[in-house]
Amino acid sequence: MSRPVQYNAKVKMVEAPEGYTGEGFMATSFDKVVGLARKNSIWPLPFATSCCGIEFMATMASHYDLARFGSERVGFSPRQCDLLMVMGTISKKMGPVLRQVYLQMAEPRWVLSVGACASSGGIFDTYSVLQGIDQVIPVDVYVPGCPPRPEAILDGFLKIQELVGQESLRRRHSDQYKDLMAAYGIQ
Amino acid sequence: MALTNAYIQQRLTEKFGDVLVEWEEPYGMLSFTAPRDLNLKVMQFLFDDAELRFQFLSDLTAVHFPDRSGEELAVVYHLHNLRDNVRIRFRVFAPIEKPDVFSATALYQSANFMERETYDFFGINFVGHPNLKRILNVDEMTYFPLRKEFPLEDQTRIDKDDDMFGRGGIIVK
Repeated sequence: MSRPVQYNAKVKMVEAPEGYTGEGFMATSFDKVVGLARKNSIWPLPFATSCCGIEFMATMASHYDLARFGSERVGFSPRQCDLLMVMGTISKKMGPVLRQVYLQMAEPRWVLSVGACASSGGIFDTYSVLQGIDQVIPVDVYVPGCPPRPEAILDGFLKIQELVGQESLRRRHSDQYKDLMAAYGIQ
Repeated sequence: MALTNAYIQQRLTEKFGDVLVEWEEPYGMLSFTAPRDLNLKVMQFLFDDAELRFQFLSDLTAVHFPDRSGEELAVVYHLHNLRDNVRIRFRVFAPIEKPDVFSATALYQSANFMERETYDFFGINFVGHPNLKRILNVDEMTYFPLRKEFPLEDQTRIDKDDDMFGRGGIIVK
């Protein structure tokens, strides 16, 4: 007789990292564990200004469901979030606001630039529009498209997850990273 | 009696004589050109007159005519008589070297933001404006973007190949 309640038997678990396993214990490097935990629990901060933001809403909603990738919790406080998702045209007047939001995020932080406008100014090659958010903040992954479909946003998000999972714990202390921050005038 | 364009023109001509020129009626809207230093007097007359009663400034903007030397910038006023639902429009010309125009803020409160916008985009210096500074563009902007000598495209970007965008070397004037 079948059970009255059906369980979802298709729950997928992430693979355990490589390590040395024995009876009752497992030893692996801290990097791998932290990377695994971080990449599967990214808290995104949506910075949506226009049509790409609408695509993001579809990405977040039940059909595409960004929550499947561990991002159930969309935060609207930069202090709590790991990933700044910039979606839409950023005018020059909004540049300092975006930068302020980025500065308020705690390290480690990543930035996903969604769509042609955020990445390069897009069709708005004009006096009032910032020609790509990488003029004011460093960007990790660019998603092309005008606007990109939800699949493309998910693909960009998976690329971010790859970066997060593989990032060395010491990367943010490296000279290279400090130089990058200095290039943007961020301490 | 309904307020007709002919009557408005007649009243204005009686008051100011033939300094008001270029009378037109495109799409039924009375339009004319006034001397630059008379803009406030014309508006005050249109505002105060018991029959004309143009007491609402519905739009204020500017146009840049690079070919009209000595009077490159036109400031356009759109006035509305709310009781008779009649609109008129007039403009004054100012030279681009010294674009001083009297501010209409004392007469119309709505002129405040619109004059700031016009200053922002065309650099018209509204004499007597209480707070003439940029309103829409970034404060650091050093030029007036809607003047014709400035290309619409952002001049700061270096990653775009102009030839790929149908401008630059290939297009011959």
